[in-house]
Amino acid sequence: MNDQPILQVQDVTKTFGGIMALNRVSFDLHEGEILGIIGPNGSGKTTLVNCITGFINLTRGKVFFRGKNITGKAAHKIADMGVTRTFQIMRPYYSLPAYKNLVIPLFSPRAKRTGGWRGGGKLGDRNTVSIDILEEMGFERESFVPYKMASTLPTGYLKRLELARCLSLRPEIILCDEVFSGLSMSEIASMVPLIERLQMEGITLIMIEHRLRELFRVANRVMVLNFGEKLIEGTPVEVMADEKVKEAYFGSEKVEEVTGYA
Amino acid sequence: MDIEQRRRERLDRGIKIRSDGLYALMSWRELSYLTLPRLVLIVGILIAPLVMPSMYWQRVISIVCIYALLSLSFDLLAHFVGLVSLGGAFFIGVGGYTTAILNTQLGLPPLLSIPLATVIGAIICTLFLLPCLPLRGVYFAIITLMYPLLLIRVIEALDILGGTDGIVGIASFDNRWVEQYFIILMVLLFLFGIRRLVNLDIGLVFRAVKDNDQAVRASGMSITYYKTIAVFIASAMGCLGGAYLAHLYMWAGLSSFALDFSILPIAATVIGGAGTLVGPVLGAFILVPISELLRAFGTLRITFYALILLGFIVFRSEGIMVYGQRKYHQFEKWVKV
Ligand SMILES: Nc1ncnc2c1ncn2[C@@H]1O[C@H](COP(=O)(O)OP(=O)(O)O)[C@@H](O)[C@H]1O
Ligand SMILES: [Mg+2]
Repeated sequence: MNDQPILQVQDVTKTFGGIMALNRVSFDLHEGEILGIIGPNGSGKTTLVNCITGFINLTRGKVFFRGKNITGKAAHKIADMGVTRTFQIMRPYYSLPAYKNLVIPLFSPRAKRTGGWRGGGKLGDRNTVSIDILEEMGFERESFVPYKMASTLPTGYLKRLELARCLSLRPEIILCDEVFSGLSMSEIASMVPLIERLQMEGITLIMIEHRLRELFRVANRVMVLNFGEKLIEGTPVEVMADEKVKEAYFGSEKVEEVTGYA
Repeated sequence: MDIEQRRRERLDRGIKIRSDGLYALMSWRELSYLTLPRLVLIVGILIAPLVMPSMYWQRVISIVCIYALLSLSFDLLAHFVGLVSLGGAFFIGVGGYTTAILNTQLGLPPLLSIPLATVIGAIICTLFLLPCLPLRGVYFAIITLMYPLLLIRVIEALDILGGTDGIVGIASFDNRWVEQYFIILMVLLFLFGIRRLVNLDIGLVFRAVKDNDQAVRASGMSITYYKTIAVFIASAMGCLGGAYLAHLYMWAGLSSFALDFSILPIAATVIGGAGTLVGPVLGAFILVPISELLRAFGTLRITFYALILLGFIVFRSEGIMVYGQRKYHQFEKWVKV
């Protein structure tokens, strides 16, 4: 058993002009766990994902992946190491059918090396592999959905497509930026088992969510961000019991509805 | 075993659904429907020199082919990778001077120096353009436009590479028909090669770089890497044209960096139909001869030229090929019903 955290975030600070979007945020992520990150809008959750995955340069602090310093590395190199992310504002290739959206990540060096998710080592036909992945993500193979243009897909499928893009790289970590937001209750209910299965497959996940009930069901630990600072970190039960968090979330599922923090 | 079987069946269904073209192989009539446009194009280009009234017009066909390569290069970069390039003059100049050196200094024959100049020139152009690959839109365009101007001044000021006189005494082709058909075959080769390329998986990546570069980065792929590949291919086409031009005129000089090489391909692309690849080639076949015809009008031809272009932009902004393809397919629907 290796005790080293798979991801170490140390004192990450990010300022935009005068705004301090992240202030000395530190946490460890252990292999195989699901870490939930919650916090009001504008508390810096997306910025944290951007900093870890190299999409923006951080002002101060360090990020380690399996003990290797990945601070300031190019985004595509970090993704190539297996640290992938979804976008809160989905970024599909709108002019392509859903399954062709996955042909692009399957063409990446990492997918070629690892065989992609379920690729079985060899990537003969990327179209076939991509439809296999989409099926796992809940795109019904027998329907026309995998062949539909991404621009015509509803939000639920676009969120799944975001996850599928990460999966096609056979990732070690997925940072999910609000994959449940904008979905109906039944859509969320159908996605929770997906997330649980990814964890069972050995993928480590960071989940940013506003839906506390579903998040607390899947998350092993939860971290609360507020105004760019880490408020508290602990098991869902501990976090729920905390006074400050209780005050903010009591009786409400959505952060936007909480007057004190929004 | 069972699983294997099921997979294959599923794949077939997938192909049926996603490939509009499969049914077309069912009868000779439908097969010819698919191949006819291609056949007309290939045969048309191949016999073009034979039906030309004079050697002068055969020479025009060669010039057309050079512009066709440049237009293809522009279309590839602009509509499949998202880099608006005004680098035609840059590519032509670098290709021309490279082949001039290879031919006059090392004594390589044209059929050897042209391919070599194509590759070496493309490497030089790509290296020059490498620092501005992160730039987008108009900035990339400006840089590609500045390089030829810069090189002209450098060559003038330092009096290198023949200075203002250029490099003279470049060997011409031994055979007139080899000279004629070499460039025609190159146009066809690159036209169908690039069409193939953009329909491969790497072509999807190119388009992804254009439409959504953040998602490409999130997929673990370097945007700069794919842009570099595309710029290499595009500048290779330009350098090929430039090298050929140098052997055609037996001269490479400062006018190899003429602005026409950067501007006309854009006009050809607008007229032919952006993003169709065939369209820009057709556009070159229309624009270059017209501009030759109008040569008799002296400086007035610029006016005609501008009017033709204006007309195309105002009335048929989608371009001939887009329009033609649509009409062709609409006709097909009518037959089926
Ligand atoms: N690119 C940017 N430029 C300037 N300010 C930004 C940028 N990105 C985020 N911010 C600011 O940083 C803060 C955190 O934003 P964000 O990370 O998107 O919050 P969250 O995802 O938690 O809702 C906000 O105040 C936001 O305005
Ligand atoms: Mg956010």
